[in-house]
Amino acid sequence: MQNRLLSVVEESSMKPSVPKFDIGDTVDVHVRILEGDKERIQIYNGVVIARSGSGTREMFVVRRIVQGEGVERKFPIHSPRIADIVVKRSGKVRRAKLYYLRERSGKSVRLKERFTTSVAATEAKAAAKAERKAAKAATKKAKAEATAAAKAE
Amino acid sequence: MQVGLLGRKVGMTQIYQEDGTSVPVTVLECGPCTVLLVRTEDRDGYHAVQLGFDDKKRKNATQAERGHARKVNAEPKRYVREVRQSGPTDVTEGQTLTVELFKEIKHVDVTGTSKGRGFTGVIKRHGFRGLRATHGVKRMHRHPGSSGPSADPSRTLKGVRKPGHHGHARSTVRNLQVVKIDAANNLLLLRGAVPGPPGGYLTIRQTNKV
Repeated sequence: MQNRLLSVVEESSMKPSVPKFDIGDTVDVHVRILEGDKERIQIYNGVVIARSGSGTREMFVVRRIVQGEGVERKFPIHSPRIADIVVKRSGKVRRAKLYYLRERSGKSVRLKERFTTSVAATEAKAAAKAERKAAKAATKKAKAEATAAAKAE
Repeated sequence: MQVGLLGRKVGMTQIYQEDGTSVPVTVLECGPCTVLLVRTEDRDGYHAVQLGFDDKKRKNATQAERGHARKVNAEPKRYVREVRQSGPTDVTEGQTLTVELFKEIKHVDVTGTSKGRGFTGVIKRHGFRGLRATHGVKRMHRHPGSSGPSADPSRTLKGVRKPGHHGHARSTVRNLQVVKIDAANNLLLLRGAVPGPPGGYLTIRQTNKV
């Protein structure tokens, strides 16, 4: 019950939906920056190398190479200062934390691209599968009925 | 009225403000509290409001507790405390007070029982620095060192800080900022930490610090 109340509080300061992105993705992070009264959006581009925490405390780390020097920035996912996170490219990785990229430089930093089927495509695939299953069940049922009828006779 | 309520610690988390700054907050389940008794100068010699929070099963309450609660048509309470008042108030016995009381209040004091730490040494209990790590110190790194002079007075003075039981004592944190009030869930969000474990009972008062 205590945790329920805590989650009520956390949900009130969390974003209703967070853009989906994975470890190894190259993303554009849109950061709101206040300059006096004016607000502008700065884009920070890099590879997501880690994601940590839960609830309002969830953070992610984006690494990029600036003038030959590795730079990492850690962002709170639910901060109002993060306007958007746009996935530019998905990387093929086998780790949840890509800290090994820190030791690498040059060409070895690159990650192989992972080509994911779009959401619509996967949905269509799932629908097709369900249809096939239904058809199969229907034929099976018809067959069973037929045999039952034959037996009755 | 000196605004005060009873409540329970739910836990800590962080929330974001509109400008993006994150605030470390403690969530308190605050009220609703029943006014069990109003103390007045004439009868009791001082003004106060006696509040009760969190119902107790009747079978677990003493006859005295049951009778006291019955006077105001309430269930016996687990946590009963008084909030001292500087003068007569418009609060009546049997009235229910909710977290809405804190709407106009900016800062509060929170009193509770701190987490018990058992028998601890002087470093944890009193913040002593211990002895050196090297230079010939032998297995005495967390010791208090000397506890006083030698032949005169030939005894340890009273009040010298020693190891012993630490925590599980009444503790007050003053001047905590009220961040948010959630009246629907009876929640009060304060900036910073309050004494005790999650689930521990607390008394929350309008601050007396200027």
